[in-house]
Parts: sequence; C-alpha cells; structure tokens
Amino acid sequence: MTTTIYLPRDTTTLSLDGEQVATNLAIAAARTGTDIKLVRNGSRGMFWLEPLLEVQTDHGRIAFGPVQPEDIDSLFDADFANANFDTPSAQQHPLYLGLTEEIPYLKKQQRLSFARAGVIDPIDIDDYIKHDGFKGLAKSLQLSAQAIVDEIKDSGLRGRGGAAFPTGIKWQTVLNCPPQQKYIVCNADEGDSGTFADRLLMEADPLSLVEGMTIAALAVGATQGYIYLRSEYPQAHIILNEAIANAYANNFLGDNLCGSDRSFHLEVRLGAGAYICGEETSLLESLEGKRGLVRSKPPLPAIEGLFGQPTVVNNVLSFGAVPHILSDGAKVYADYGMGRSKGTLPFQIAGNVNRGGLVELAFGTSLQQLLNDFAEGTVSGRPMHSIQVGGPLGAYLTPEQWQTPLDYESFAAIGAVLGHGGIVVFDDTVDLAEQASFSMEFCVEESCGKCTPCRIGSVRGVEVIEKIRNGDNPEQNLELLDDLCETMIDMSLCAMGGMTPFPVQSAMKAYRAQLSDQQQSVKGH
Amino acid sequence: MDATSARANEKIQEIIAELIDKPGALLPILHEIQHTFGYIPAQAIPTIGDALKQTAAEIHGVISFYRHFHTSKGGSHRIEVCRAEACQARGARALESHAKKTLQVEYHQTTADRNITLDPVYCLGNCACGPNIRIDDDIIGRVSPEKFDRLVDGLNTVSLQIQ
Repeated sequence: MTTTIYLPRDTTTLSLDGEQVATNLAIAAARTGTDIKLVRNGSRGMFWLEPLLEVQTDHGRIAFGPVQPEDIDSLFDADFANANFDTPSAQQHPLYLGLTEEIPYLKKQQRLSFARAGVIDPIDIDDYIKHDGFKGLAKSLQLSAQAIVDEIKDSGLRGRGGAAFPTGIKWQTVLNCPPQQKYIVCNADEGDSGTFADRLLMEADPLSLVEGMTIAALAVGATQGYIYLRSEYPQAHIILNEAIANAYANNFLGDNLCGSDRSFHLEVRLGAGAYICGEETSLLESLEGKRGLVRSKPPLPAIEGLFGQPTVVNNVLSFGAVPHILSDGAKVYADYGMGRSKGTLPFQIAGNVNRGGLVELAFGTSLQQLLNDFAEGTVSGRPMHSIQVGGPLGAYLTPEQWQTPLDYESFAAIGAVLGHGGIVVFDDTVDLAEQASFSMEFCVEESCGKCTPCRIGSVRGVEVIEKIRNGDNPEQNLELLDDLCETMIDMSLCAMGGMTPFPVQSAMKAYRAQLSDQQQSVKGH
Repeated sequence: MDATSARANEKIQEIIAELIDKPGALLPILHEIQHTFGYIPAQAIPTIGDALKQTAAEIHGVISFYRHFHTSKGGSHRIEVCRAEACQARGARALESHAKKTLQVEYHQTTADRNITLDPVYCLGNCACGPNIRIDDDIIGRVSPEKFDRLVDGLNTVSLQIQ
C-alpha cells in the first residue's frame, strides 16, 4: 500500500536542511522497500517544528518534527510510515507529535486566510479545488462588478499591508473610473523584519492569491495583473510561477476565464532589494522600470496608478482574504474581530522566542496573551524586555504596554502600529539606544532620497544618537533628536521618513528609563 | 557566462530582444543580464539604453538605486548576512562581526581568493529561525558562528573533476 507523506518545501524548511531530509527519505524508502508518495506541501507556520514530516493515516495526518536528515533512519526503524494509533513503535519515537490538527499551537488558531496552508500541495489545482478553492471565483463570475465590490465593502476588509485602508473603497474608486486599461497589482514586497505571512501564503497557498487577484480584476474591469515580489524570496518566486503556469493550463487565468468572456493575465515581477518599493507609489515606479522614488498623492494610484492607469494595489494577505469573503459571504468574515478591525490577522511571532511562527487569530487578543499562549519564552532563556511590533517602522513596546489589544485603533492610541502583524521579541540584553540608532541607519540605507528630512534627517539622527550614547550633552542632544523626529514626521511624503521616528523615540524613551533605573540603583548602594 | 567573451554582446542583445516588449521592461532585462553574467557588465548599459530609448545615465541611475544589482564581478559565491531586527534579537550582530573576521572582508568586498563576496541584507523573511544568511539562492537559518564556518568550508572545497 502506498503511504502519502508530506514534507514542506517552503523557505523555512529548506533553510533547516529540509532538502537533505527529502533525499534521505527517498533513499531510506528505497532501501527498506517502503512504498511512499512524497507531497511537498507548504508550511503550517509552526516554524520551530520544521522540517515537519506528516504521514497520512485513516485518522488524519500524524506529525513528526523537527526532523533532521540523521533522524530518517530511526523513523524508518520505528515504522513511522505505518504510524497509526496501533503502532506503538512510531508513537514512542522522540519526534512523534500526534495528529497535526491537534497540536495546540495550530488548534488554538482561527484560520481563514491560512486554512489551506500546509494542508494542500500548493501548486496542485485539483487539491486546491478539493479544499474549496475557486468557489469565490465561480460566485464572482455570476455577480455584477458592483455586487463584488459591495461584498468586499460589507466584509470590512482593510488593507493588510500595514496601512489598513478599507479595501472595498479602493476597489470602488477603480471601478468608478471609465472603462480603459486597468491593472491589479499585488504588493508582495514584504520587507518588514519580523514578517513572513505573505511569504508563507505565497509558498503554501499561492492559488488563493491568484484567485483573489482574479476576483479583483472582475470587480474593477482589469485584464492585467502583476505580483511585485521581493528578490529576497527566491523560493516564493519558484512556487508562484509554477502555480500561475498551472492556473493558465487549467483556464483559471488567461482569456475566457473558466469558459466566460472575461480575461485576466498575471505575471510575477521581481523587485531588486529596495525596502522603499513596499510603498505603493514607489512600487509602481519600480514596476514601470524606474528608480523607486515615492510619488506625491494625489493623484491616487486608484485613479492614476501603473503607467498612469487606474490600478488596484493591495497586499498579498488582502487578496488572500478575498476568495473566502466571496464564497462564504461578507458577514461570516465580518463576524470575526472587534470594532472596526474586522476578520482575522495573521500575527507573526519572531525574534528571540522558542516557538516562532504564524498565528492567525481574530483581532483583539492582547500582545501579552498572544505571547503567553504561543511563544513559550525566549530562546536565550532570559526575560522578554521589549517588543517591536509592526516592522522596522513600528514602536518598541515595554512590558506595561503589552496589555494593549491587538487591533489597529488600540495600537494607534498608544502611538504604536500593528502594521503587517510582525512581532519581534528582544530579551533584557537589548541595547535600546543601539536599536534606535539602527532604525535611523536603516532609514539612511533605504530612503529613496526624495524628501530632505528623510534623506538627511536620518544621517543626522545616527550622529545625534551616537553623541547621546557617548554622554556628549545628552539633554540638549535628546531635545535635538526630538526636534529632528518631529520634522521627519511632519515633512516626509511617505512612511519611511514619517514613521522611522516611532521606533527611535520609543526606544530612546525606554533607554532613558533603563538609564535612570541604573542610576537609581547605583545611588541606592 | 563570461562578460568578456566574444558572444557576450550577442547574448545581451538576445536578452533585450526577448524582454523588450514587456511593459516596464528595464528591471526584467537587468535581472536576466545579472542572472547570466553574475553582474551587469559596463558594455550592457549603453546597449540597454539604445533599446529602451533612454540615456546611459538613466539606466545607470536605475541600477544604482537597487541593492540587488551589481556593476562589478563579485566572488564565485555571494553570502548575504541579515542585519534586520528579528535576526538581531537572535545574535545577528555577533554573526556579522564573525563573518567579517573569518572572511577578512568588510561588506561589499570579495575575499582575496575571489571566492566569496559578503553583502548585508535586510530581512530574508525567515524571522522565527534567525540569524539567517543567504548563500547564492539558498536561505539558511539558525546560523551560529560554527555553522557559518562549516558553510564557508563547503564553499571553499574545490570539487575534483574526474577525467
């Protein structure tokens, strides 16, 4: 009997010797005469368990992990390929994890956008359809353009890239433009440190992105789409291209979509290592073959976007949420979440934690709760000290702020951002002044150069923080830094210059508190 | 392919001809040229400019904007070390200095034997498993200084050709 075995081929698995695991698996199967079918799925997002090997059984999939190449022989010795509830040898293997679906990290989540991640073969059209794929598209082909846009509006979906702009309003603006060449652009330039949700979706369930973009095209009357993918994601590039080729071969892309009279063409374009190209106007410039300089708004990209034409620009996760909204209805989606933050957000737990990975939950859990439930402490074993949420332009939060509910409005209220949902944990050895300096340095490195406060202010920022750290007129220089930050916030076109002060000021505030604590304790002794 | 070879110019022309009809063709052309030669050779710049009806200065302006594009030949392998926050929280700063010390180069430099070029990178999207590096097109996670040395040893081992 053939046993189906799953081993991901996503970046994380490959980065941890996953390919060697696959090779050893094939060798051992041949040696022992075990008949296996190996499916290369995406990751479930439990990165500390990768490479995660799963065996299909009558009761569901049984997981083993993290599997290293040298573990394969002992797995075969334990007859893992026949793992079942009546094979004690497999259950006694140290890497045995039981049913995948019952692993608490996964079971405690509310997976909508990532429901198929790690379950299906990412590029297999039949597998995708078997797991409710293309239902949203089928429904959209029956609806008027306005009716599709209304569904998206009713769902309350807001842009998942970080800015949280209502997706339906963006689509309405493009739909309202008179018929002409229109474009659908997916922003897959996921440059924020601590985020990997876009990558995970593209590597585990790329067809949901293809479907979401196709629905957007039907909604606004576009015929051409581009996925702007960062060049730091070579594996996502390979998988996306394979998925798109299969979609074309099965008429889910191209002319006469699914036998209708509609057409949509889709192509992946690679970025080239510029963080700023995650900003939508800079991204459009780059797609046009130019330097990624930020454009002034207005005009909005929805009205004059790519090559001057009306363009929908959305993040990977925004498009990824669309098929579900169309197939199950706006209301089902809107019932998750709290306040104006509807639906779910994939939080990404990263940095100094034992159990990093992707956790999709409705908005509203607190940061503290999330870390208690999932992170399992730090790798270093030291206490958590500060947490940067929302990428390199997000604030550093200290423990008294960790009770804040994870939703857009609550975070804005404390001068922080939820952004793309990245959570980077630092332990108490972190030097926050060094982190503040790095934020400025990052801005020096990545500024497109258009606005002076961003281009030059960041250079001055590095210098001033250096002086503060060296004890050179710290009070005056701190005041100068505050002034500089204010100028950057008020006088920059985009978030690069406008938000770099968030991590800088929050880190410097925590740094000063750390300093005065130390001085107090010195005086006390 | 060697950019000084007789066929190099022909190859550049072929790449341009194949991609020029794409809207916004410049980045795809640059990617393909770099993929073929390992960098963007100087002679390609005016050729691309002529094809796209842009000046050499404009093409150069685009190339210099993007960290990924290189205008000089690097080592046989490129190692990128992630400098971003999630990796910092897991020891990337120590790994950076170890890498520079071991290879005896600074960022953007190539080892004396021309085998390895060291570059910084800002996030490889593997943030739960840092510190991360990228060697050519492979991303490698949880890189301790010892693991770094093993990986470099692997790159420095010359494979023997069996005649």
